[in-house]
Order: sequence, then C-alpha cells, then structure tokens
Amino acid sequence: MMNQLRPALVLLVALTAVTGLAYPLAMTGIAGAIFPAKAAGSLIERDGKIVGSSLIGQTFTGANYFHGRPSATSAPDPADASKTVPAPYNAANSSGSNLGPTSAALAERVKGDLDALKTESPGTPVPVDLVTTSGSGLDPDISPEAALFQVPRVAKARNLPDDKLRDLVTSQVQGRSLGLLGEPRVNVLALNLALDDLGRR
Amino acid sequence: MTLNGWIQIELYCAVVLALVRPLGLYLTRVFNGERTVLSPILAPFERGLYRVSGIDARQEQHWLAYTGAVILFHILGFAALYAILRLQAILPLNPADQAAVAPDLAFNTSASFITNTNWQSYGGETTLSYLTQMLGLTHQNFLSAATGIAVAVALIRGFARASTGTIGSFWVDVTRATLYVLLPICIPYTLFLVWQGMPQTLGAYVDATTLEGAKQTIAVGPVASQVAIKMLGTNGGGFFNANAAHPFENPTALSNFVQMVSIFAIGAALTNVFGRMVGDERQGWAILGAMGVLFLAGVLVTYWAEAQGSSVLNSLGLAAGNMEGKEIRFGIAASALFAVITTAASCGAVNAMHDSFTALGGMIPLINMQLGEIIIGGVGAGLYGMLIFVIVAIFVAGLMVGRTPEYLGKKIEAKEVKMAMLGILCLPLMMLGGTAIATVVSAGLAGPANAGPHGFTEILYAYTSAAANNGSAFGGLTANTPFYNSTLAIGMLVGRFFVKIPVLAIAGSLAAKKTVPASAGTFPTHGGLFVGLLVGVILIVGGLTFFPSLALGPVVEHLAGTAGQTFATGG
Repeated sequence: MMNQLRPALVLLVALTAVTGLAYPLAMTGIAGAIFPAKAAGSLIERDGKIVGSSLIGQTFTGANYFHGRPSATSAPDPADASKTVPAPYNAANSSGSNLGPTSAALAERVKGDLDALKTESPGTPVPVDLVTTSGSGLDPDISPEAALFQVPRVAKARNLPDDKLRDLVTSQVQGRSLGLLGEPRVNVLALNLALDDLGRR
Repeated sequence: MTLNGWIQIELYCAVVLALVRPLGLYLTRVFNGERTVLSPILAPFERGLYRVSGIDARQEQHWLAYTGAVILFHILGFAALYAILRLQAILPLNPADQAAVAPDLAFNTSASFITNTNWQSYGGETTLSYLTQMLGLTHQNFLSAATGIAVAVALIRGFARASTGTIGSFWVDVTRATLYVLLPICIPYTLFLVWQGMPQTLGAYVDATTLEGAKQTIAVGPVASQVAIKMLGTNGGGFFNANAAHPFENPTALSNFVQMVSIFAIGAALTNVFGRMVGDERQGWAILGAMGVLFLAGVLVTYWAEAQGSSVLNSLGLAAGNMEGKEIRFGIAASALFAVITTAASCGAVNAMHDSFTALGGMIPLINMQLGEIIIGGVGAGLYGMLIFVIVAIFVAGLMVGRTPEYLGKKIEAKEVKMAMLGILCLPLMMLGGTAIATVVSAGLAGPANAGPHGFTEILYAYTSAAANNGSAFGGLTANTPFYNSTLAIGMLVGRFFVKIPVLAIAGSLAAKKTVPASAGTFPTHGGLFVGLLVGVILIVGGLTFFPSLALGPVVEHLAGTAGQTFATGG
C-alpha cells in the first residue's frame, strides 16, 4: 500500500484545494457579482435599517400584523447554557418540532392554538398551517387561506375595512412556481410591509 | 392527494428519465477514458495532476490494489477532516467564533462525511465555521461521491470484461469523477441556486431589527456551493440544521424540484452506463425498471399517508393533510416526494421533518434505507447495491431451474454469492444490532424525544440511516452524545466498507472469468420476468429481515394513532 501513498496524498491535497477552496471561493465571487442581493441573503432595508430577509420568517405577535406559523426554534437558556428555551424564528438555529403523530405534547399544543384561534374568529375553519410548525421553524410563508383568516383581526386593530385588507392579501399571493410546482403562498414579512405602507399613505 | 400533486410527481419522473441516456453516454465516455467536450479544458490539468502524483493513467489495478487505494484514500480524508474540525477555532474564516468541535462529534462527523452519510449530529449554523463547511465538508462531499462512482464503475468493468486481472485505476476514476462529472455540473448549478435566493457569501451573520422591534440574527454563509454538491453527490449534509427545509437552503419550489432531480440524476444514469459498458442498454433499463417499481410504490404510500394527515390531530377538528414539520412553499406532495427520493438515494437531505411524518408516511423512508438504498441509491452505491441483489436473484433463479446461474455471460459461483450475502447481511447487523443495544442501555434510552413506539422508531431510524449511509434522521433523537456519536459512526463505517470491499472482490472475480456465450437455456435478464424476480427477491430479503422491527415501531404507532392514543414523555 505504501507505493500508493504518494498518489493518495497528492490527489487529496490537490482535489481538496480545487473543490474545497477554489470552487467555493470562485462561486462566492461570481455569485456576488451577478446576484449581489441574493448572495448576501435577500436582506430587506427600511429607512437604512435591515428589517429582515425576504426568505426568513420573523415573529409577529401584535394584533395589528399578520402572523406567521408557529415556530419550534430554540436558543440556549441564558441561565444555563446546557439547556434550551423556546425562541421562535431564531434564524441562527433552524429546527422543527420533531414531534411525532402520536405525541401528546403535539396534540396539546395544537388544541391550545386551535382554541385560541377559534375565539379570535368564530365559525371559520382554522387553516392547518396556523397550528403546525414548519420544518425549519423559519417558514416565511403562510397559505392564502391563513392570511385571509386573519383579516378581521388585523382590520379591527388597524381600523381599516375588511375588503381593503382582503384585496391587499390577494395582491400578495404568489402562485406555484411555473404554475405547477409547490403550493400558493403569501410571504408574511412582505405582506406586513405592504400593510405598513397602506397605513402611511 | 391532488391532481396537481400527481402532476408534479409525474413531471419529476419524466425529467429524470429524460436525463438517463445523455448523462449515461457522457459518463461512459468519461470512465472509458475517451475524449469528452470538456477534455480541451480539463485534460492538461488532469495530466499535470497525474504527473505530480506519480500516477500512470494507463496502469490499471488488480482488485486488491484498487481496494487498498479506496481504503487509504478514506483514511487520509478522515484524518484531514478530523483535524479541520478540531482546529476550526484557530483557523481563518470563522466570523461566528465557532469553538473547536468536541472529539466525539468530530469523530462522528468525519466518519459521516467520508462515508457519504452526512448524518447531522452537528447543527451547521451553530457548530461549524465557514472554512470547515468549505474545506472540510464541501471537499468530502465531492470525494466521497467520486469514490462511490469509482467503485460502481469498477464493478461494471468486472461484468463487462473477461479473462483479465484488472478493474481500472482508482486514482484515475476518482479524479475523472471529480473533474469531469461533479465539478462541471456544480458550477452552473450553484449559480442557479443563488439566482433562486440561496446565499453565497463569506460575510458574518446578519443582525436585523424586525418590524416589531426585536433583534433577529440571521445565519448566512457560502451555502449554494455546498448545497450543489450535497445534492448531486447524494451527500445530504446540511449547511444549516434544518437542511433543505431551511429557506436559505431551498428557497423556492423550483429550487426544490431541481434539487430532487439532481439527487437521482447520476444514480439513474449509472444504470445506463452499466448497460452501455456490458454492450446491451436493455440490461440497464431492466435494473432501472426494478428501481422504478419500488420507487413509485413508496411515493404512493407516503403521499397518501401525508395527505390523509394525522388521525390524532384530525380528531381535534383539523381536516387536512399533515403539515407539521413541512414548509408552505413545498406543500405535501413535494415534501412526500422529497422524503422518498432522499431515502431511496443515499442522500439524506430533508425538506420536511421526517420525525413529524405520519406513522406510515415515515415508515417508507425507513424501508427505503433498510433495503440498502438500491432504488437509484447513492451515486455509485445504489448501482452496486442493486447489482448485489441481482446476483442473489440470479442465484435464486438458477436454483429454481437447476442450472448454474449466469448473468451477462458470467457464471455466478459460490464466491460471488458469498460476497453478495456478506454485503447484504452487514446492514441488518448494524441497523438492528445497534437498535437492540440502544434500546436497553440508559445512554441509548436517553435519546428519543418522543414517547411510545415513536421513540423506538427514532432509534431504529438513526441506526438504519447510519448503516445505510443515508444521513437523514428522525431529528428528535438527541444524537450528539458520546454514545450515539460513536456507535452511529461505527455503523456508518461498517455500512460503507463491508459493502464496498465485497463489491470490489466480486468485481475482481468476475473480471477474471471467461464469458460464456448465451444459449437457448440462458435466462434473459432484460425483460419483465427478470424485473419481477428481482423486485421479489428484494422484498422477501428485506421483508423477512426488517418486518419485526417495523411492527414494533411505525405499524403499532399507526394502529395506536387510529385508536386515538397519544404518548406523553416523562410519564
């Protein structure tokens, strides 16, 4: 095997240099030149401040904003670094809930969320994505039904007519890619930014 | 299930099938050492590389020398990756100040990446520096995939050649797989992914102030260049913890579709390389046909189960498919399809959390891996895994009619069958043996996040994924502990080498045999009868081996869920 050592070592070093350094660095340079905004993370600026990324969901709790899906991400516990505490939409630690279909914890969580949403909007069926966490915990989107479901609450909080908000939601719906792939969706951050613009005008 | 969902699935199959012949032709030329369209650019570099390494490109190797080279290459790659992981804190390109990776995690991650498993005990954005992601993981993504392709090509040569002592040169095969196949596809692929929204930057994590005034730290990095090879090389190790469910690692339904195609592209094309090299493309199509039957059956069950949803949640008043752990932009059809593809191949990337799938929906990925990932499979690994089953199927057919079994003019004798059985049996030993140990020791029982049968399935899935070199997980399992890190790493190494070495032994043995001309009594291996026999052997071997474990996990969980039973932890 010893006479194989030279080819093994030289090939390992050379191919590592090509695939582990030259390739990613060249791609970083080229991508940064052609698609600078996307290569940097599709960041959104408002009044000179970065308010988020159009691809990354963020937490909305106020009644005057549309809410995203529940998020199961966590962060280290400030009191004890070996433990974690819930930290929704922690974009530095993506994760799903990993609760299985017969998990009592999942059933309780969904039941609690369902009850809260039902009192918010009695009589309307609750869209499934508003009571389920996403795989990444950072899902930027909700279904069009989930956005429309929240219209009465947001309209009340903002003192705006329902119709106007429904039109806003409809204008923000993104269809399937190529009309075929994936599912229709509404980007929550984009919707809320448009909502703020509506208030400014 | 929706019409649109089925159209997405059909479109996917059509695109993969359309790529089989052109890519197969190209790969055949590459591994026969012929000129290709890329030769004018790459050949001078390739020749220079051989000169510096002291490789004579025309010097072929006996199977023992070939195997020695494979093992040596893995050992050196392991050492290099382990060193990078342990030293990342003092190396450059570490804007998030990641600390050195702990020894057990570094051992696990190194074993994981050299074996093309890419099991994630690490959480990418919270553990690894940019340099580690590039120099450590991206480069092993290339080399472990190139190694898989090389071994498959060596086995194909064993079938295609007669009365010869050599099966090719590992050094040439691995170099050509990297330079002529993987790298040229990854360059435009990376740019496509960035165009879809995937970050590719060396800049530090971004601090944003959300609309409601909270601080949000957004992890970014050189993502696209790694994701391209992660999918194409069926590696599957995520840049981020959430893998391809993360919006930065899979921004759109279109990026999702192309990622799914790239998982299967090379593996499917290798069946055509097989057909071309043995001089009858129909032989390749027959193998792809058997893979296709098993694949479509898996997609049907998983899509159906996920579209039905969880009976526990639906009893609360939700009438919908299962969206826990899934992303809106993909929906149920594309998530179910992805789960079947990633476990049929030895990819292991996930665009939805398999742990939160319904019991039956999550069982199919498990079965795919237990069968040894022979449905398209890992680049190279899938084809040689399937050819092992072909040898067994031919042997069974020979027993039934009382003739010496032959395949492609080669007599299949005791040595080949023994080696094939060794390759098949090492997987259940590691999968079921590992699970058995983890379910009785306290360090193993501390792992599962879910109670009841689902907790058992989390453990079973982990050892299955490791030995099958897949890398996907029921992610609730706390696997970053010394016990799981070390036992799973052993599973990965055994699952890699105790298949690869028998395969190369078979290759050497076949290459040395004479070719027997076909006669009226030869069993035709390109028709439906052979495909049916092959699928039957796979299901019988897999079913007998694994059904009891499935009965304890997903089957009983499905029945409990239908009866409305739930399981609480800590009770």
